[in-house]
Amino acid sequence: MAVKNKKLNLKDKYQYLTRDMAWEPSYQKKEDIFPDEQFEGIKITDWSQWEDPFRLTMDAYWKYQAEKEKKLYAIFDAFAQNNGHQNISDARYVNALKLFLTGVSPLEHAAYQGYAKVGRQFSGAGARVACQMQAIDELRHSQTQQHAMSHYNKHFNGLHDAAYMHDRVWFLSVPKSFFDDARSAGPFEFLTAISFSFEYVLTNLLFVPFMSGAAYNGDMATVTFGFSAQSDEARHMTLGLEVIKFILEQHEDNVPIVQRWIDKWFWRGFRLLSLVSMMMDYMLPNKVMSWAEAWEVYYEQNGGALFKDLERYGIRPPKYQDVANDAKHHLSHQLWTTFYQYSQATNFHTWIPEKEEMDWMSEKYPETFDKYYRPRYEYLAKEAAAGRRFYNNTLPQLCQVCQVPTLFTEMGAPTKLSHRQLVHEGERYHFCSEACCDLFKDEPEKYVQAWLPVHQIYQGNCEGADVETVVQKYYHINIGEDNFEYVGSPDHKHWLSIKGQKPADQSKDAA
Amino acid sequence: MSVNALYDYKFEPKDKVENFNGMQLLYVYWPNHLLFCAPFALLVQPDMTFGDFVETIIKPATAAHPDAAKADFLNAEWLLNDEPFTPRADASLKDNGIDHKSMLTVTTPGLNGIANVGY
Repeated sequence: MAVKNKKLNLKDKYQYLTRDMAWEPSYQKKEDIFPDEQFEGIKITDWSQWEDPFRLTMDAYWKYQAEKEKKLYAIFDAFAQNNGHQNISDARYVNALKLFLTGVSPLEHAAYQGYAKVGRQFSGAGARVACQMQAIDELRHSQTQQHAMSHYNKHFNGLHDAAYMHDRVWFLSVPKSFFDDARSAGPFEFLTAISFSFEYVLTNLLFVPFMSGAAYNGDMATVTFGFSAQSDEARHMTLGLEVIKFILEQHEDNVPIVQRWIDKWFWRGFRLLSLVSMMMDYMLPNKVMSWAEAWEVYYEQNGGALFKDLERYGIRPPKYQDVANDAKHHLSHQLWTTFYQYSQATNFHTWIPEKEEMDWMSEKYPETFDKYYRPRYEYLAKEAAAGRRFYNNTLPQLCQVCQVPTLFTEMGAPTKLSHRQLVHEGERYHFCSEACCDLFKDEPEKYVQAWLPVHQIYQGNCEGADVETVVQKYYHINIGEDNFEYVGSPDHKHWLSIKGQKPADQSKDAA
Repeated sequence: MSVNALYDYKFEPKDKVENFNGMQLLYVYWPNHLLFCAPFALLVQPDMTFGDFVETIIKPATAAHPDAAKADFLNAEWLLNDEPFTPRADASLKDNGIDHKSMLTVTTPGLNGIANVGY
């Protein structure tokens, strides 16, 4: 018997392969099947209103991604065979990759777990399918990032144990705890946190600097990953906006709940991105744009337009965005001097910016760099030249919420720390800012359990009482190879030999 | 407020004093000396004297700063958990009222950091 129309059109296919995969249960109660859907207080009156702007079905997804990855891996192979690492701008650039591989790629994996989980928790089939596809995207991104950077691991230090370090190293508790907070929330908060606040509002501040940074610095492997991931990221951003509009349109009672989540996750994302700020301004030998410029374009302008658009739902811009806007003049400098003084405990190197770089910063930060930060580097350079390269030999206080050292300063008073503290049920807690302190007050039960790396070392849970033992044994950072100053490091010497140059300082070469 | 959860969500604080093997945490902030990026997190014996604490812990911690040699910490201006505080050098930290995870802020008038910008 001849079938007239063998092939379904796109609309029918989407209907059959997504929405029709759901049914009204008759044996079990709906709330027993989707037990996580109610407790956050979000009211969904009609799941069929969920719009999937891409109408992507699993078979199409599979075919499309397979083709993309085939091309991607062909380029990685070519990059490795042609010793692509020799064509980057400078070996200092590789330190940005070390930060990315230990700080960001494991978050892709955490995102995969998060979306796989919430992809089970919604009773609406459209939302479930969108989350499942994003889960697979995130898993692929985690893998392809590791493959893109694996070539560098053969030639440079500090890239050898990223996932292990992510669970242990002090500054990596910042990204790790960020995602743990999101993943331990309910499904609607997770989507507001990751799909909306991170993927939609803030992701350009992560991906644009990294991928443009890779392009500006001759790293073709990472650039190619960036292009390959771009279509997925576009889908994630669209999902982020769709999620928030859908929740807000479903019921007016959802508005204050979502507003609180936006306030929280804007701030948590902003703190996390402080690591990116120093990467942009300091770790890219060829600069793309300054952190302040990126913040103006991607947050103040784009975010401003977005929140204008969301006004009609009763949503206002995130609380404390004024603090974040003011911080753009200081953030990267405060972070880099922090990492500079704790380089003994990082898997990447730090250095004093070169003269041209400092002049670039004077130009990009006319009101702050020469006044507050150039004198710091002049002092540090003088000390290093006298053989006293500065390392801070005590451990820093960490914020109970964001887990960054409490290094941030008050808005309008850039030499005064914005430290806060409070007592909760007889215990003292310390914070980097009013905003993090507020987050604690909202959900103290969550943050009293924070695994703060400094306190864990002092409790004796990190295989040693002194920094050297912790760094070597517990962090798997190879002392003298992965850590300390860049100038004179094995990476630096290796790079000079690739370029056929001798180290400027012969005495350091002999060491 | 408290966390919104599916079940009775209650966990022990991770940094209770009994987890520190007889020691306690003490934070010290020296304003206008941001060479040290954040307050120090220090592990101290609760029964050490305040004088010993300054000699054996504060002085080595701050030594890398050129102002440290000029600083008279014992006679400086102190805050304990943001309240004015006059330390007694021969009394223990505990008897000075310094409990676990307290923060001391010590201001040394006239010393404003490197290049006079609080660094």
